[in-house]
Amino acid sequence: MTKAITHPYLPNTNREIKAQMLQEIGVENIDELYQTIPDELRYTSKLNIPEALNEFELKREIGNLLGKNKGTNEVISFLGGGCWQHFIPAVCDEVASRAEFVTAYAGDEYEDHGRFQVLFEYQSLLAELLCVDVVNVPTFDWGQAAATAIRMASRLTTKKEALVPKTIAPERLKIIRNYCSPDIEIKLIDYQEATGELDLTNLKNNISEQTAAIYFENPSYLGFLETQGEEISRIAKSADVITIVGVDPISLGVLESPAQYGADIICGELQPLGNPMNYGGGQSGFIATRDEIEYISEFPSRLFGITPTSQEGEYGFGDVFYDRTSFAKRENGKESVGTQTSMCAITAGVYLALMGPKGMAELGQTIMQRSQYAMKKLNEIEKISPSYFNNVNFKEFVVDFNETGKTVAEINQYLLSKGIYGGIDLSEEFPELGQSALFCVTEVHSKADIDILAKELRAFL
Amino acid sequence: MQGIKSQEKVRDFHQAKWNEPVIFKLHQKGERGVVPPKTEDEITSAVGDGLSKLPDHLKRTQAPELPEISQNRVLRHYLRLSQETLGAAFNVEIGQGTCTMKYSPVVNEKLVSSEKLRSLHPKQDEETVQGTLKATYELDLYLREISGMDYFSFQAGSGTQALFAMASMVRAYHEANGEGEQRDEIITTIFSHPSQAATAAVKGYKIITLYPDENGFPDLEKLKDAVSERTAGFVVANPEDTGIYNSKIKEFTKVVHDAGGICYYDQANANGLLGITRAKEAGFDMCFFNLHKTFSTPHACGGPGSGAVGVVERLKPYLPKPIIEKQGERYILNTDLEHSIGKVRSYYGVAQNIIRAYAWIRALGPDGLKAVAETAVLNNNYLYSKIKEIKGVDVPYAEGGRLEQVRYSWEPLYQDTGITTEDISRRMADFAHQYWTSHHPYVVPQPFTLEPTESYSKEDLDEYIESLAHISNEAYTDPEIIRTAPHCSSIHKITTDKYFEDPEHWAITWRSYLKKYVNTKEKQT
Repeated sequence: MTKAITHPYLPNTNREIKAQMLQEIGVENIDELYQTIPDELRYTSKLNIPEALNEFELKREIGNLLGKNKGTNEVISFLGGGCWQHFIPAVCDEVASRAEFVTAYAGDEYEDHGRFQVLFEYQSLLAELLCVDVVNVPTFDWGQAAATAIRMASRLTTKKEALVPKTIAPERLKIIRNYCSPDIEIKLIDYQEATGELDLTNLKNNISEQTAAIYFENPSYLGFLETQGEEISRIAKSADVITIVGVDPISLGVLESPAQYGADIICGELQPLGNPMNYGGGQSGFIATRDEIEYISEFPSRLFGITPTSQEGEYGFGDVFYDRTSFAKRENGKESVGTQTSMCAITAGVYLALMGPKGMAELGQTIMQRSQYAMKKLNEIEKISPSYFNNVNFKEFVVDFNETGKTVAEINQYLLSKGIYGGIDLSEEFPELGQSALFCVTEVHSKADIDILAKELRAFL
Repeated sequence: MQGIKSQEKVRDFHQAKWNEPVIFKLHQKGERGVVPPKTEDEITSAVGDGLSKLPDHLKRTQAPELPEISQNRVLRHYLRLSQETLGAAFNVEIGQGTCTMKYSPVVNEKLVSSEKLRSLHPKQDEETVQGTLKATYELDLYLREISGMDYFSFQAGSGTQALFAMASMVRAYHEANGEGEQRDEIITTIFSHPSQAATAAVKGYKIITLYPDENGFPDLEKLKDAVSERTAGFVVANPEDTGIYNSKIKEFTKVVHDAGGICYYDQANANGLLGITRAKEAGFDMCFFNLHKTFSTPHACGGPGSGAVGVVERLKPYLPKPIIEKQGERYILNTDLEHSIGKVRSYYGVAQNIIRAYAWIRALGPDGLKAVAETAVLNNNYLYSKIKEIKGVDVPYAEGGRLEQVRYSWEPLYQDTGITTEDISRRMADFAHQYWTSHHPYVVPQPFTLEPTESYSKEDLDEYIESLAHISNEAYTDPEIIRTAPHCSSIHKITTDKYFEDPEHWAITWRSYLKKYVNTKEKQT
């Protein structure tokens, strides 16, 4: 047995208590409790792990470690592409750090009433932004939400192909491909070279008897808007194909919801709504549909609904149509459900409650203005074009560096030396765009930040 | 005063009850909770209102019907609802068995609140995230030590996603070896998380489920019958939900290997095993740990969690991309994995949970980790010795031999009194306890599953035991108080399932509720 240790995380290390417990159990020592593990499987060495640190040492150690990072708060960052730097209201942080929520898990409708209510409210608040009646308890991220939406469509139509635009976020495409294989084929649809928008001829040519869904994004990964939403969903409908639209919800204070141009399923990312980026640890995906039993039946996720209780005037909440889920039906349920990203959804709910309709509209406008200003400033620099595509953008845009004779890697290295994180280098994932980069400008980028970017780019190029 | 005598063995408790309305009812036109950053005038004069470029049909015409609420009221609403949530920090959290609801150290919450972590973007240059990469890499080394595996990926955001990643790797492995079509079955067991079967099914596998033998173990003979040239993989937990360690596990993995299958180990909960026994020696090719279970990261109302997937060398090329490795003195994101399944989740994992788990291991050290396992097993066996004495409780399967948890049964109590395990669940809320039954189907009748972890003292355990004993006594003497429970919770009993099961009646959002019940008069009646 291990030497006796007293550790603040471990009660019951007091010898007397331990002896008393062993006596109650009826064994001499703890080793006896492990007698079912054969000797050949017992690990007898000491784990090669550093010796314990006390709390003071731990704080210093981890503090030093994190000190090696340089956060976006210390520089000017233009990185986006699915994880975005946005203003986070203090109340979001406060609620997201409440021990009641942070340490809760899977309790029932009574002892965790608050957890059920805040998640129902998150569903409801997001539903207003999306103009739909059903929103799920979230999934892992936008990629997972899109992949599940495609699987839902495949089950609804009993067809085995999905069409997605070539401009889809590469991270999401990788998730979708793996999640949908082996039984659903993902086909890429061409885009119009000038605008980046879907090539409708190519779309029509690719729709077949086997097409379950057409998925597109608005705003697209590359920042431009897909303005043909209504036409795309009309084409889809006429071929009995389900329209899925992926959306950045922070755009919906100024942009029309995909529900208004024919989306059957809407999915997207909750990170921008009050969740810190956390090096990608803040991702959280949502799926939304109409209140139709056919669609609801296909959700793998938990869906919380409202109910009266035995006391007049009291709200209760609980799981709707639980028998859909793998919790109830194992492999015969719809895909799988388990721990996902509830805390991010709660935070997103707080965010929307704080922002209200006015806040979302103002925010959307600010993002439009600032990103347009950035494009205007960059456009003044010779040899670069701040919009590879001739289109309207939201928050992000592709900067074309092909005429500069420099690679994005070289440009970003220079910017880094000046305390600027340049845009995402697209040269590997979209080789047809050559030396181009995806720049993200949100409400956090001041005029001064944007002017510095322009100044440094001009200096280097 | 002669001193205050408090002799109650069960807690005199009432949960916060605020009767807080659904947030839309707090709407007051003109109020606002926060003002987002505003554009400078110079920008407006340079680009105009920013919206005129939008095509009309993409402009939002109707503002979303979000409520307008002042900041103070929003905060109060959420704080009240937080008080109506019984988080692990507030109770003797041993009732959600299999979930390993241990203490999540507060210092770790402080550490991950650093902007040095929160504000990191996943596409930053590697040079600017060396601290996070180093912690991830070292956590990988520690988990290798604990499991015997050769590489870990932290991409998965939960156990379910880790299981999905592993099922994906099983498929990729057999496909690379030309056996993808032929090997179309995955074998699992009934005393396992439903996601074992469900994720393999998503990957297109036929599922074979082994039921336990009379001792509660998955049946070795049935496994031998089940394996064939169609076997792609075998996924199992050990101990399973019963808490019984299957001492023949090495024979199980051998049977599967002999048939050409891959063995993957569900170690979502490895709390009784740290430094005691490892996946490698038991013959597993892969395993995963839930950092939000064994490694203390908080459960966050259901995520984000973190599922760390470990593999033996030969399966490294199949891992999701990228993995974090060390090159000289630098830490890098390695995407050079020949047969990679691609991605299961965006980016590299839930970085805040990686840091928390890393800090937890550093705070315990090698002796502390082993003490965690031993204390969890001690606590569980103490609890077991007491719970089995409560009237109406049965403990199916082998006597003794339980490690970190036990699945119990109220079947005798149900036969005697008609009180179900769900009734008891509601009544436990009256005494400030979480209580969980079992996944479905209920192989053990009237089940409940307790897992005390290492975090609770004997006195804590005694409180939980007393509460169950008290309720057992009530079942035999005053069952009505149980049937009508809860009485001291934030809300009262929900007596109908029509709002959850009937499509005409359910409302999954407030707008749906308004449509079905408020704005439509005939439906009100």
